[in-house]
Amino acid sequence: MRPALTPTSRWSLLLRGAVIAWMLLLVVLPLVALAIHGLRSGVPFFWAAITEPQAKDAVALTLWTALLISLINAVLGTATAWLITRYRFRGRRLLATLIDLPLAIPTLVTGIMLVVLFGPMSPLGAWFEGHGIYVAFHSPIIVLALGFVTLPFSVRMVQPVLADMDRAEEEAAASLGASRLVTFLRIIWPSIGPAVLGGALQTFARAMAEFGSIVVVSGNVPHETLTAPVYIYGQVESGDSHGAAAVALALVTLSLLVTLFSKLMVRWGVRRHA
Amino acid sequence: MGIVVEHLCKRFGDFVAVDDVSLRVERGQLAAMLGPSGGGKSTILRMIAGLEKADSGTVELGGARVDHMHTRDRQVGFVFQHYALFRHMTVEKNVGFGLSVRKVPEDEKRARVNEMLKLMNLTGFEKRYPDQLSGGQRQRVALARALAPRPRLLLLDEPFGAVDAKVREELGRWLRNLHDELDVTSIFVTHDQEEAFSLADKVMVIAKGRLEQSGQPVDILDQPATEFMARFVGDANVFDSVVRDGVALVGRVAVPVRGFEDGSAVRLVIRSYDLKFFKQEDGPAIVHRMLYLGDRVKVDASIEGAGPIFAQFPRRSSLLRGIEPGCRIGIEVTLARAFAKP
Repeated sequence: MRPALTPTSRWSLLLRGAVIAWMLLLVVLPLVALAIHGLRSGVPFFWAAITEPQAKDAVALTLWTALLISLINAVLGTATAWLITRYRFRGRRLLATLIDLPLAIPTLVTGIMLVVLFGPMSPLGAWFEGHGIYVAFHSPIIVLALGFVTLPFSVRMVQPVLADMDRAEEEAAASLGASRLVTFLRIIWPSIGPAVLGGALQTFARAMAEFGSIVVVSGNVPHETLTAPVYIYGQVESGDSHGAAAVALALVTLSLLVTLFSKLMVRWGVRRHA
Repeated sequence: MGIVVEHLCKRFGDFVAVDDVSLRVERGQLAAMLGPSGGGKSTILRMIAGLEKADSGTVELGGARVDHMHTRDRQVGFVFQHYALFRHMTVEKNVGFGLSVRKVPEDEKRARVNEMLKLMNLTGFEKRYPDQLSGGQRQRVALARALAPRPRLLLLDEPFGAVDAKVREELGRWLRNLHDELDVTSIFVTHDQEEAFSLADKVMVIAKGRLEQSGQPVDILDQPATEFMARFVGDANVFDSVVRDGVALVGRVAVPVRGFEDGSAVRLVIRSYDLKFFKQEDGPAIVHRMLYLGDRVKVDASIEGAGPIFAQFPRRSSLLRGIEPGCRIGIEVTLARAFAKP
């Protein structure tokens, strides 16, 4: 039975309405607008726009760099979280602060810092080039830039879960004869796995969207270092809002699919280990 | 498997947790480590298990030094204070863990798990997760898990600390029976005197990182080796006095003391059940309060010129006849322990 509306629940209705309206305005309407715009000239046009070689290469570049940095973050982020929760050492607090720093730095600034550091005129960049490794204006620097802007995501997802774990479970496993590896796989991983996956996801979504630092560091050479967001920006600039919307729609769809997929994975994992 | 510990030391930073402790437990014994919390009991237990590394000293299990052996190779069953069950595994998987990491064949493992569950009265709970069990059930799962791989040694850290008093007593008796059925040597850590004295073959009292005294429960109770022991076990009254002609005066109460020269300053420790109170018009003490504690009565009095004293009597004791708050009493000390005053 539903209780009669009290002033409080009338407030809650109002609040609910306001939140939903805000969400509509911010999230749903723009997405719908994008979908309509991208598909306005029909599916064949949409298909042509996203399979156009430059667009295809741009999306592919964005996808593999985002996937790579997600993997790197999953491993290094977890290791970092492990280090700051499990060990007490000089500089631990400083390290914990440094991890969040990238969030406070505008991405354009990130790009400039990296170019200054790795550009061909810099000693470090020159040294790398001397060894045949091209960092600036090539894919390595794209991955570095993505790594910088997504640095805290995995660490901050995994850290609280690790801090919350009962160390005695690991001791129990050891006393029952488990090696370190078995203890990690069977005791620790089931607890932190969803968080590691969640951090990788956040990284992936953020990396797919990154523009500010990439546009500065990558050189934006079509088919080579032109990422999807930068390609879309180019299309908009040259007046092809249709093509831009089509590729943008493809990017958004991919991103949503990945998000959905890993949300399901996490839920599945949680249910299995509840 | 017997346990021999020699000169064990452990510091945490500046804090000395364990200070030169040597102890031994014979094969098949159920021993208790008793003492106030923070006294180092758990640390000693963890060092025996290899969960903590000793700064110095040695641990021998079954005649072999194990100091450099990892926990997983010591064949020790450990029951943790808060159970430490694997929360994402079912009861069955928890109990079978020690067998599956040792690569015991599947059918043998299943048989052993079922045997343990039956022994622990947990049949029917195989598929439950730890958070779907009561405290007592979790405790039994923890025990089943520790015992499944047939350890030579069972170590229990405050095994009944997290369950309520009634269940605690029951689990205690049940642990004693279980220990007697299995061929295992056990040590459990507790701060509960009754638990230690009623269950264990041997009690080792640990305080401030040192072994104060160890022995059979009766010996610990009746022959405290130090002032600390005399005060620690049971409830005790403490008075300072000086010996004259084999007697120490507490107010006007004469307490016989042996083994001290005339004029030596002594500290007297008198347990609350080593006293007799009787009504006496010009007695040296006055009764203040009488507390009825179920089957016992606690009487608070004060000795003129010496301070408060309390005693405990059975509820229907003839010693209580005529005694009420405000009356004057005489006191007879049936047993006092005297120690040189520090």
